[in-house]
Amino acid sequence: MRARRLPASLVLGAVLTALVVGAALLSLVWTPFPAEQIRVVARLRLPGPEHWLGTDHFGRDALSMILVGARNSLSVGAAAVALGAALGVPLGLAAAVWGRWGDETVARLADLTFAFPAVLTAILLTAVLGAGAANVVLALGLFNAAVFARVTRGAALAVWRREFVRAALALGRGPLSVTLVHVLPNVAGVVIVQATVLFAVAVLNEAALSYLGLGIQPPSPSWGKMLGDAQTFLFTAPLQAIFPGGAIAVTVLGLNLLGDGLRDLLDPRHRSSGVL
Amino acid sequence: MPNRTARLALAAALAFGAVTFGAAPTPAWAQARTDLVVGMRLEPPHLDPTAGAAAAIKEVTYANLFEPLLRVDPDGNLAPGLAERWTVSADGLTYTFLLRPHAKFHDGRAADSAAVKFSLDRARGADSVNAQKGYFAAIAAVDTPDPHTAVVTLSRPDGLFLFHMATGDAAIVGPDSAAGNKQTPVGTGPFKFERWVAGDRVVLARNPDYDGPKPALERVTFRFISDPAAQVAALKAGDIDSFPQFDTYEALPQFRNDPAFSVMVGTTEGETILSTNNARKPFDDVRVRRAMSHAIDRKTLIEGVLFGNGSAIGSHFPPHRAGYVDLTGLYPYDPTKAKALLAQAGYPNGFDTTLKLPPPIYARRSGELIAAMLAEVGIRAKVEPMEWAPWLEKVFKGKDYDLTLIAHTEPLDIDVYARPDYYFNYKSDRFNALQAELDRTQDTDKRNFLYGEQQRVLADDAVNGFLFMLPAATVQKAGLQGMWLNRPVQANDVTGVRWK
Repeated sequence: MRARRLPASLVLGAVLTALVVGAALLSLVWTPFPAEQIRVVARLRLPGPEHWLGTDHFGRDALSMILVGARNSLSVGAAAVALGAALGVPLGLAAAVWGRWGDETVARLADLTFAFPAVLTAILLTAVLGAGAANVVLALGLFNAAVFARVTRGAALAVWRREFVRAALALGRGPLSVTLVHVLPNVAGVVIVQATVLFAVAVLNEAALSYLGLGIQPPSPSWGKMLGDAQTFLFTAPLQAIFPGGAIAVTVLGLNLLGDGLRDLLDPRHRSSGVL
Repeated sequence: MPNRTARLALAAALAFGAVTFGAAPTPAWAQARTDLVVGMRLEPPHLDPTAGAAAAIKEVTYANLFEPLLRVDPDGNLAPGLAERWTVSADGLTYTFLLRPHAKFHDGRAADSAAVKFSLDRARGADSVNAQKGYFAAIAAVDTPDPHTAVVTLSRPDGLFLFHMATGDAAIVGPDSAAGNKQTPVGTGPFKFERWVAGDRVVLARNPDYDGPKPALERVTFRFISDPAAQVAALKAGDIDSFPQFDTYEALPQFRNDPAFSVMVGTTEGETILSTNNARKPFDDVRVRRAMSHAIDRKTLIEGVLFGNGSAIGSHFPPHRAGYVDLTGLYPYDPTKAKALLAQAGYPNGFDTTLKLPPPIYARRSGELIAAMLAEVGIRAKVEPMEWAPWLEKVFKGKDYDLTLIAHTEPLDIDVYARPDYYFNYKSDRFNALQAELDRTQDTDKRNFLYGEQQRVLADDAVNGFLFMLPAATVQKAGLQGMWLNRPVQANDVTGVRWK
C-alpha cells in the first residue's frame, strides 16, 4: 500500500489560513501604527517605507488596519461557528434519536432558517437590535445552527443504522450513552469539515455586513468597512480597496480549500477524487 | 470679450437666417445643444413641493416646473415669480401681490388670484400636508379683489413672510390639478412635466405657452445616481452634463485638472451641526456642551470630511448672509480645557454616549472623526449608523438620541431654536425674546442686529456642536453656463442655463 499523500488543497488551505491566523495573532503584540490613529494630513498615501500599504482617507495605516481587521474578522467568524455548532450539533444528534416528530420538527426548523439567506437575516436582526459585532455573531450563529443541525442529523442517522450501534443497544446502552460514545465520534469529521466551510461563509458575511455599516463598528477596523470607505476613492486610491478585498479573498479561499482538503482526508467517499 | 463677439455673431447669424431662409436651421457652427442632463443624488419620493420635506422634490420642480409668488435668485435675493410686483403695508400686515396677467398652468387654465388663494388656503388648512405649515401660520385671510391681484393679510407681523413665500413649499398650484401633482405635476413654470421613469429619471420639456422669457433648453433630464463611484463614472462617461451638490469631494481635484470639465464650489444654507439632546443628562449641563465644543478640531474635520471645501461656523448662521457674526473663535480646539470643563461638571473620567448617524457621507465621516476627537477627552461615543426612515422617526421626530449629526439646509432657519418641540430640546427665554422681536421687525439693519444677538446666545449656550457649512460643489461639462454657484434655496433652477 502506498503512503497516503495529503491532499494539495489541504496543504494550500492550511498555509493560507495559517497566514491569516498569524496576522491576527501578530496584531495582538505588534502593528506598525495604532490601527485607530487618525492623521488627516497623512491621508491617502501610497505604499512606501513609512506606511507599507499606504493610508486611508483619514490617514490611518492600512497595514495596521488589515492586521487588526484579521483579528476582528476571525473572532466574529469563530464565534458565529462556535455558537452554531453549540446549538446545531446537539439538535441534530437529538433529532436522530427522537425520530418522527422530533426529527420532523428539527428538519422543518432548519428548512425555515434556510428560506432566509444569512445576510438578510442578519440585516433584519441588526435593524431590530442595532448594529454591532455581537448581533452579527448572533444572526450568523443562528443560521449556522440550522446548517449544523441538518448535517449532523443526516450523518447521525447513517451511524445509527450501523451494526456496532445496534450491538451497543442490544447490550443495554441507553440512547444518550450511544450518542456520546458511538455516534458523536463518527460524525465529528463531517462536523469539522462543515465548520471550516461555515467559517469562510461567516467571514464573508461579516465583511458584507460591515461594508453596509451594520457589522463591526468604528473605530475598530474591519475589512468590510475598509472596502466600503475605499469605494468612493476607487478612482483616486484604488489600492485602498484592493488590500482589504485581497485579505478577504485570501481568507475565504484558504478556509474553503482547508475544508475541501479535510473532507478528502476524513470522508472515505471523497478520498479517491477531489485532490487538487 | 471673445464671448461677446461670439454672441453678436450668433445673433447676427440668427437674424440673417430668419430673414433669408425663414425656419431654416442655423449653421452647424452655431448650433448649441438644447438638452441637459442633471445628476442628482436622491430621487424625489413624489413631485409635489407643497406636500413633502424631501429636498429632491424642490430640486426638480422649483422655478422649473412650479413657481411661487416670489422667487429666490442665485444670489439669495428675492425676485419676481408668479407675482410681477408686490407691496407691503407700513404695519407689515398687508401684502399685495400683482400677478403676471397672462400666466397659465400647463393644462391651459389661468393662473390667477383664485389659484393663489386656493394654494395658500390649502397650505395653511387644518388638513394641510405642507412640510412647512409654519410658513403660512401668520396668514389671517387671502382676498382676491380682481383676477390679477391677491391681498394677503397677516394676523401678526412676520419678518420672513416674503422669503417663505419664495420657497418651493409656497408654490402656486391649480385648484383642478393639485390633487394629481405628486405623479403628474401641473405648474406655471417655463418647463412642463414630460415623464418619470421611477428609479432612474424625471424628464421636463420646455413649455411653449410660457408667458415669460423662454429658456434656452428644450429638454431637461434629472437622473438619480446615489452611488458616489457611479456618479464619478457617469460624469467621466459623459452621461451627465452637470452634477450640482456633488459630495464626493475627494474626486474634485481630478475634475479640476481635466479641461473637459469645470468645477464650482459655492455655499449652501447647510449648517452642519453635532445636534445635542439638551434635555438629556449629561448634555443638560452647559459645561459639558462647552467641553465638547473645545474637543472638536473643526479644521481637521473640514479637511478630513470635505477635503478642505468648507468654512467653519461658530453658531447656527451661514457666513455669506448679512447679519453673520464670526464666533468660530469662542471655543478653540483645546482638549485640556475640555477635560477641565468635564471635571468641573462632575465627569473627570468622561462618560459613555451614542452618536446616531444618518446616511449622508458627510455625516458618517464627520461622526467617525468626532467620535475619535471626543474619545481624546474621555467621552466614549458609540457610533450608530442609521437609515433615513428610522433616523427621521426616532431621532428627529421621537427625540430619542444623545448626539446626532446633520446639515440643516433650510435657509434662515435659526428660528428653529425657538420652537418648543424641536429635537434639540433647547429652551432659552433670552433666545425666544429675540425671536419675538425679530418677528415684529421689518427694518433690515435691526433684523441683522437681532440675528447677531441670536447667534451669540446659541454660541454662548453651546447648544449644539457648530461645525461647518456644507459646500455646494458642482461638476459639469465645460461650456455649460448658468447653473447656480450657490444654493440659497433648495433648487436646481435651470431656466437660465445654456450651452456655449
